[in-house]
Amino acid sequence: MTTATTHDTHHEEHRRGLMRWITTTNHKDIGTLYLLLSLLMFMVGGAMAMVIRAELFEPGLQFVEPQFFNSMTTMHALIMIFGAVMPAFVGLANWLIPMMIGAPDMALPRLNNWSFWILPFAFTILLSTLFMDGGAPAGGWTMYPPLVMQTGNAFPFLIFAVHLMGISSIMGAINVIVTIVNMRAPGMTMMKMPLFVWTWLITAYLLIATMPVLAGAVTMLLTDRFFDTSFFNAAGGGDPVMYQHIFWFFGHPEVYILILPAFGIVSQIIPTFSRKPLFGYSSMVYATASIAFLSFIVWAHHMFTVGMPLTGELFFMYATMLIAVPTGVKVFNWVSTMWRGAMTFETPMLFALGFVVMFTIGGFSGLMLAMAPVDFQYHDTYFVVAHFHYVLVTGAVFAIMGATYFWLPKWTGHMYNEKLGKLHFWLSTISVNVLFFPQHFLGLAGMPRRIPDYSVQFAGFNEISSIGGFAFGLTQLLFVYIVFKTIAGGEKATDQVWEGAYGLEWTLSSPPPYHSFSIAPDVK
Amino acid sequence: MSEAAHGSYYVPHGTHWPIVGSIGLTTLLVGVANFLNGLSVGTTMMAIGLAIVIFMMFGWFGQVIRESESGTYNDQVDRSFRWGMGWFIFSEVMFFAAFFGALFYARIYSVPWLGGGDPGTNEFLWSGFEAMWPTNGPGDIGGKFETIGAWGIPAINTLLLLSSGVTVTFAHWALKKNQRMPLVLWLLATVALGFTFLALQITEYTHAYHELNLTLGSGIYGSTFFMLTGFHGFHVTVGAIMLTVIMLRSLKGHFTPDHHFAFEGVAWYWHFVDVVWLGLFIFVYIL
Repeated sequence: MTTATTHDTHHEEHRRGLMRWITTTNHKDIGTLYLLLSLLMFMVGGAMAMVIRAELFEPGLQFVEPQFFNSMTTMHALIMIFGAVMPAFVGLANWLIPMMIGAPDMALPRLNNWSFWILPFAFTILLSTLFMDGGAPAGGWTMYPPLVMQTGNAFPFLIFAVHLMGISSIMGAINVIVTIVNMRAPGMTMMKMPLFVWTWLITAYLLIATMPVLAGAVTMLLTDRFFDTSFFNAAGGGDPVMYQHIFWFFGHPEVYILILPAFGIVSQIIPTFSRKPLFGYSSMVYATASIAFLSFIVWAHHMFTVGMPLTGELFFMYATMLIAVPTGVKVFNWVSTMWRGAMTFETPMLFALGFVVMFTIGGFSGLMLAMAPVDFQYHDTYFVVAHFHYVLVTGAVFAIMGATYFWLPKWTGHMYNEKLGKLHFWLSTISVNVLFFPQHFLGLAGMPRRIPDYSVQFAGFNEISSIGGFAFGLTQLLFVYIVFKTIAGGEKATDQVWEGAYGLEWTLSSPPPYHSFSIAPDVK
Repeated sequence: MSEAAHGSYYVPHGTHWPIVGSIGLTTLLVGVANFLNGLSVGTTMMAIGLAIVIFMMFGWFGQVIRESESGTYNDQVDRSFRWGMGWFIFSEVMFFAAFFGALFYARIYSVPWLGGGDPGTNEFLWSGFEAMWPTNGPGDIGGKFETIGAWGIPAINTLLLLSSGVTVTFAHWALKKNQRMPLVLWLLATVALGFTFLALQITEYTHAYHELNLTLGSGIYGSTFFMLTGFHGFHVTVGAIMLTVIMLRSLKGHFTPDHHFAFEGVAWYWHFVDVVWLGLFIFVYIL
């Protein structure tokens, strides 16, 4: 087994400057690249959100053309989903999974490099559409035909950008699965793995099963537009609704791709600051797997108003409601972990608590939307916008920020400024609720999404929402400042960093060595 | 076994092939997009992009082959490759599933609904349209066409691909017994069967386009028929090229009876292509 000594695996010579980052095969370097790209895209997508909120500050058309407004909503979604949240999770996976399971690196390091280095090209292509004839895609991130067919020159660029992102995600997911199944240290059995590793393993399966379906869907769009096919054309025997089925077969698992790793993060943070092991570990694993399974059989709840047989409406309604059961198990376990714990409230814990409370609000509004007859009223209103921003911003994004504060001392060897971190949390939490909570009322009152203008009766809540939006946007500049200040320097972090921290990554130095575990640790 | 292996897992230092691949892929796709938008620069970009991608594949695979032949990879690395290939094939299965899904949806829902299964759709959209299969829809998109029967070329092709699955297994047995000559010959037979399949497929397409008026533009039938068989044909092409590479490597003396992941990976891929064809034969041609 150890005969392969002709090569020097732990040769510490790496290139300097830009080429180091372009050619790196190191999981930490690649994780850093993912996280930085994610932060950049978060800012770009955030700027688009600011345009949206500025336009919606008062009724009437103020700043932008309706077409450009629609481009902003479309691009904001694509950038935030594929550019901000997904790369952030993959970045965290890269940094943490090898350290958590006691591996030297990811299983397929060169593939890992390619997974990342496709993304800057994909987003350059996507963002370049802003400057094309006919403008950037404006038919919504879901790219429904026939509307999306009206996209100008941007159309094939949109399709190919999605293809590239899909290729990157699939390669990343394969790498995560292979790493977890094949690179665990001796004694690190499946049911000893940290929950972040578990949630990512399940997320990776979701990615491999659904990203190719998205690729198929957008390929059909491409051939319908340029090669005379009739997939989504009723005159040829096809059906535009068929696109929606194929898209949401990808799209619904996709929203769990955006939240399962967040569940994992919160399940790491809460036990640490409660100084208790996670309550109900195995039920957490089974709940995650159940959510992943259910995610494949609920897709048409995005399409209740589109026209479906009654049995279909009923099936998808009940299946959707079932998701509340494993999700409830998770929330129960997080709360039980805190029960009688010796709790402290450092910034990561604040974000995790914010996650539990506000994600649950998003979960409840999801339950309301799951009811088909009720959804007939809510569909395509701001209620839906409020719902998915609660689960994605106060859910996924809050978890990512919590993770950043939690592991940044480990990664950099420096403590962040606790006062500023807490300030960031409170400003974010207040502003994000000012931003999104009124949108529930707007939606219930009937304000449609993706429209640059609205009836004057909606003016008040939109003003409040926009003010919250600007405040939330500005607050994130503070986050950027804190992160870069911590990278540059700060109080020295200990190896364990947090008093209650438990797991292999905390046994390494802060910052950890270039190759995490050159010799596999023994896990008891 | 894996305890010792953990110490020497091969982690490469750095690689420039991915960035070359990204540049190539981007040039290729931006070229195609420009071509589709009617810009003449598109074709040149496509050619350059494709050349870069091929260059990358030669370079990257070449490096991995050299490392493999020099014994750099231990058993654990080998397992990583196996898991990776397996899940890659699964992702391909899901890609085909999207197109099979489109076929089933059209046949079970959209066409019957247009034909009166859903009274409103028929009444308001295409009153009088009768559902049937094959169809190019109520708009008669692409004009009248005939379909390709299952029991001509498609049945022969089924036989060819199934036989190629057998020959590649014979090649594998030969490799395991370290019989180099049968290994190469069985691989040659597999490659020959693969390319014969492709030649027949091209004949069939020509026939469809010129005599049957069955084209990609023949409504939902033409769309699903050509996209499914076309993507499958593309995968057969890729598989046959990979088998050719494996054959050439066998001739050069690569692989040992217990260390030949590349052979097995390609064989799995070939079987996957085979199984997809069986699905096509049943659901596209027979039913």
